[in-house]
Amino acid sequence: MAEVKAQMAGTVFEVSVKEGDSVTKGQTLIILESMKMEIAHDAESDGTVAKVVVAEGDFVEENDVLVELA
Amino acid sequence: MTQPTYNEHLQQKVEEIYEGGQKKYHEKLKETNKLFVRERLKQLFDDGEYEEDARFANCEAGDLPADGVVTAIGQIDGQTVCVMANDSTIKAGSWGSRTVEKIIRIQETAEKMQVPMLYLVDSAGARITDQLEMFPGRRGAGRIFHNQVRMSGMIPQICILFGPSAAGGAYIPAFCDIVIMVDGNASMYLGSPRMAEKVIGEKVSLEEMGGARMHCTVSGCGDVLAENEEQAILEARRYVSYFPANFAEFPPVDETKSPKSGKTLEEIIPENQNAPFDMYDCIDQLIDENSFFEIKKLFAPELITGLARIDGQVVGIIANQPKVKGGVLFIDSADKAAKFITLCDAFSIPLLFLADVPGFMIGTKVEKAGIIRHGAKFISAMSSATVPKISVIVRKAYGAGLYAMCGPAFEPDAVIALPTAQIAVMGPEAAVNAVYSNKIEAIEDPKERVQFVKQKIEEYKEEIDLYKLASEMVIDDIVAPNQLRNTLIQRFNYYNSKQIVLPYRKHPVYPV
Repeated sequence: MAEVKAQMAGTVFEVSVKEGDSVTKGQTLIILESMKMEIAHDAESDGTVAKVVVAEGDFVEENDVLVELA
Repeated sequence: MTQPTYNEHLQQKVEEIYEGGQKKYHEKLKETNKLFVRERLKQLFDDGEYEEDARFANCEAGDLPADGVVTAIGQIDGQTVCVMANDSTIKAGSWGSRTVEKIIRIQETAEKMQVPMLYLVDSAGARITDQLEMFPGRRGAGRIFHNQVRMSGMIPQICILFGPSAAGGAYIPAFCDIVIMVDGNASMYLGSPRMAEKVIGEKVSLEEMGGARMHCTVSGCGDVLAENEEQAILEARRYVSYFPANFAEFPPVDETKSPKSGKTLEEIIPENQNAPFDMYDCIDQLIDENSFFEIKKLFAPELITGLARIDGQVVGIIANQPKVKGGVLFIDSADKAAKFITLCDAFSIPLLFLADVPGFMIGTKVEKAGIIRHGAKFISAMSSATVPKISVIVRKAYGAGLYAMCGPAFEPDAVIALPTAQIAVMGPEAAVNAVYSNKIEAIEDPKERVQFVKQKIEEYKEEIDLYKLASEMVIDDIVAPNQLRNTLIQRFNYYNSKQIVLPYRKHPVYPV
């Protein structure tokens, strides 16, 4: 189980995947908006989305889990 | 049996010393992919040649050849350097009184010769049994660190960490300009995991607490993570090639090379101010191919720092990386920049800032951690640097980000903007929200509200228009992306004669 965590505090701008999606390494899963920048969070390995922990508009702190990959 | 001649006796003694410690410890080196200290030196120096001092230190003791440290003088690419190298086959490379005296003497030699000093560290720390002779006194271990501090900025000081550097010994790397660590073997810690468990009850592995990877990614104590010893030695040799022998000389100039072929700057930099791109691609288009020596690549990657050559001349690059954390400046990135700028300034290496920065991070977490004083450290280092400084606004520079990236107020020799650049206190969206938040909320019709915000953003963009800034002479030039490398070559060349008289005082009170 791999967890994709927030690189920095911000707001969830876009959730690009849903549970059950298979994803490939480097694919963008979530985009955070922080400091007026779009911060893409990519899959570090191939896998399946086990859980999307956040929804668009949520505020997240640095290191909060965004997506769980199986 | 005949008596051995004097020469034979000497030969025999030297051979014993060159063998180092017991066989079992040599075997242990092999098991852990480590090289014997004399093999390391052979690989480090040109043609494997060097002159050694105090080979016979403690030779009367019998089991402590060279007292566990080799101190030598030799050359790297024709540049004379001094070296101290621990021998971990002798009492785990621990320090006795002669070990310490040898290290101090080779430091003194490096200072007198005004040449770089390298520390090849692989040591368990002090020999507790010898502490009175080697720990507290005037020429005890503390003197090693005192010398390091004294010589800092005078001559380059480089550490290659092959094994442990424990407790007090951990300060040798800490006082060096750069620390190259061998992955899996190097470690740095004040108290070992065993001590941590006994004293504070923490259970942790050595790798987790003080391993090379941890220090190169999290603590920032390590600068370069090497896969193995051979690579670490090569990296050290390469690093030296960017530096003058001492602060009074200039970095060696190399032959010019074209940049790596790839996408043009125009193709790399997106028009959307908020979309990420990879700053490494930009750097590649500006520097001579294969000339980048990155420092702290794995630590605070939202800011890139490294040495490079532009038209053969050494420059230090400080570049925001929009691909990581939006290029926002954090505490670690500020510390990383401050140390790198100080390093370049000490050794007459001109600075190139590549700015694409939304500002310093905000929020409770970073305020509590003191982002203001860390940012002040960055700005102070940049502001005090007197080497030629060019700031290129690649895409945007907002707020204190502009200051940190060597904005106009900090006496850069030039601030150059690409035609798509924006310079402002903050970006348009944030600014409109800040100035008109009450007004925006008061508008009840959502359509009308969106229209109002859009109009204000357009007005704001006009206000911070690049040509307006150029007209007010805030920036020194606007340059087409395909002209940027050429401009940098010319300007750095013209700025070579730069001289600044330092203000009369002892030293500033550094923010820390």
